[in-house]
Amino acid sequence: MTSTKTKKPPRYDRLFVILMPLLATLAALAVGAILLFLLGTNPLEAYSAMIQGAFGSKNALADTIVKAVPLLLVGVGICISFRGGVLNIGGEGQLIVGALSATYVGLAIPDASFGVLVPLALLAGFLGGAVWGGIPGVLKAYFNVNEILSTIMMNAIAVQGMNYLLRGPMIDPVQLEAASRIPQTARLSRLYDLPRLIPTRLHLGAAIAVVAAILVYIFLWRTTIGYRIRAVGLNAFAARYAGINVRHYMVLALLLSGAMAGLAGAVQVFGVHHRMFTDGSAMGFTGSAGFNGIVAALFGQLHPLGTIPASFFFGALIVGANAMQRAMQIPSALITTLNGLLVVFVVSSEFFRQRLEKKRLMEIEEIDEADKRMEAEVAA
Amino acid sequence: MITELLSINVVIGVLASGIRLATPYLYAGIGETFGQRSGVLNLGLEGQMLLGAYAAFYVVLTTGNLWFGLVAAIIAGAIMGLAMAFVSVTLKAEQGISGIGFYLFGLGMSDLLFQKTLGTVETVSGFKPVYIPFLSDLPFIGEVLFNQNLLVYGAYLLVPIAIFVLKRTTFGLNVRAVGENPEAADSLGVSVAKIRYTTVILGGVLSGIAGASLSIALLNVFQQNLTSGLGFIAVALVYFGGWRPFGVMIGALIFSGVIAFQLWLQVLGSPIPSDIAVMLPYILTILVLVIAGQRVRPPSALTKPFERGD
Repeated sequence: MTSTKTKKPPRYDRLFVILMPLLATLAALAVGAILLFLLGTNPLEAYSAMIQGAFGSKNALADTIVKAVPLLLVGVGICISFRGGVLNIGGEGQLIVGALSATYVGLAIPDASFGVLVPLALLAGFLGGAVWGGIPGVLKAYFNVNEILSTIMMNAIAVQGMNYLLRGPMIDPVQLEAASRIPQTARLSRLYDLPRLIPTRLHLGAAIAVVAAILVYIFLWRTTIGYRIRAVGLNAFAARYAGINVRHYMVLALLLSGAMAGLAGAVQVFGVHHRMFTDGSAMGFTGSAGFNGIVAALFGQLHPLGTIPASFFFGALIVGANAMQRAMQIPSALITTLNGLLVVFVVSSEFFRQRLEKKRLMEIEEIDEADKRMEAEVAA
Repeated sequence: MITELLSINVVIGVLASGIRLATPYLYAGIGETFGQRSGVLNLGLEGQMLLGAYAAFYVVLTTGNLWFGLVAAIIAGAIMGLAMAFVSVTLKAEQGISGIGFYLFGLGMSDLLFQKTLGTVETVSGFKPVYIPFLSDLPFIGEVLFNQNLLVYGAYLLVPIAIFVLKRTTFGLNVRAVGENPEAADSLGVSVAKIRYTTVILGGVLSGIAGASLSIALLNVFQQNLTSGLGFIAVALVYFGGWRPFGVMIGALIFSGVIAFQLWLQVLGSPIPSDIAVMLPYILTILVLVIAGQRVRPPSALTKPFERGD
């Protein structure tokens, strides 16, 4: 009784899915243009300075990739947690704790070989972030604490902890002598610097981040644990019915998400700064990568592989904005503003996607019904 | 040290500033209570506060009129609330994330405006303590309770008003119905969208006032990220308060009391490093959330966009 005309189950248009965030970007950039205009700047000049700054030379391109690295690592972590149905807003804090842990290991063992110490330090960063993500995970799963709020609080606690450590116990001994007492650690041994890939600022961390994204993709879509994390995120009740320990996987999703942000912090220390420092706020060290990683992940449709080009795009946005700021004297706060708009637009665009999908579904149902009528007529 | 801590002046100082510092939490928290009772989690509170604080400060700095400043904050908050309502109610976007988007927008935008129009940290002369005949003269109580500015009194006045509106008016009943069972409310002819728009815009207005209470009444300055997490703490206090205005007030008082005490410890030169002491409110917030998580159940439809069935 199968009709030859039966359509395959509806799959929404992939092109549209990819187009949606781009449209959201265009909308955000358009609002940005209006803001620039109101600030008394020519938007076209500003945006061309931005593109020039992000892609204009080999060094610019390398800087863009360097900026994309922490976004990608945080972003793939965000993919894990959001897919698991827990909203990790604590990337900033997790990144800081990861960076502190990795720096501590690097300073504590000053004369090991690169091959021994750097993996160890990256692992320390991974674990530090895991702890900082795991705590809100446990609070969510076992104490019914809203994870958005707890991760935001954990961010603030991490910042204060960092300020305390860098002004006191972990401060560079040279700074202790100096009157200025800049809150930063000593520089890590040059032996531990992540190697440069080409003669620019581009470092090994870029490769680490891409490999991490691929591994997270395999983890989420090709392993049982990853499947269960996603099952809990899709429908916690159904997952529980299927015998999945929902609490367990909630904690795991937040913990792994934090671990990736922690790794991002460690990579920033060993690849870019070679020490830990603070300006008193989170942003000073993180450059808001913990927040921007969320934007990148959303932009990549919460898919680890989609997050790779999305991070590159946001890396370009940040480097370009810095160039724009230098060229046109526009406060870099504009980028925070645009990022906020982007998040709002990307999340809102979901509405149009779903509506389109629904419309398609209904059309296909109509076709199916027509098919059935035809069959009935033929049978009669 | 101990005797200094217990001296009567210190006690008065801590209590009075505790009561004063609860002001922004009260405005923002009660606004958020209305939104959440109707089913909308607005995490953009912090951004609304920042824009409200900036608008109030800028207008007061340029016009010298405190009331114009307050109106500016209300308008800024209302616009942000309207935008949040459109995104979360009409477009049915994920509320947690879009709220973070509005937070980033407010954070960036207020900073941008600050740098473009002010550049440096300036001060204004904000709302002054209001002398109330007889009450302000009372020993101890007068100094603690009745030596505050108008926005502080307004915040405490808001608590009974909010309780009354939520419990005793048709509007309040509709808000609760829409937050608990939107389908039922809808079938009885209550417009879910209209109620949610109203509460979210009201939340924006109150957040704007909360921001103004910082920039033109308590601190009388504006700078980048003036609120530094205060809005998020206010959201946490809504959970702690069990989605009731009175509970929010108790939470706000405990919270600001701890902050006031911690500030006094700093002034008196405590052995605790200041960076560690500043952590205290955030750790307290998490504890508060743990306690709240065991006690009360959020409104059933919280964070769930309403989809009318066919």
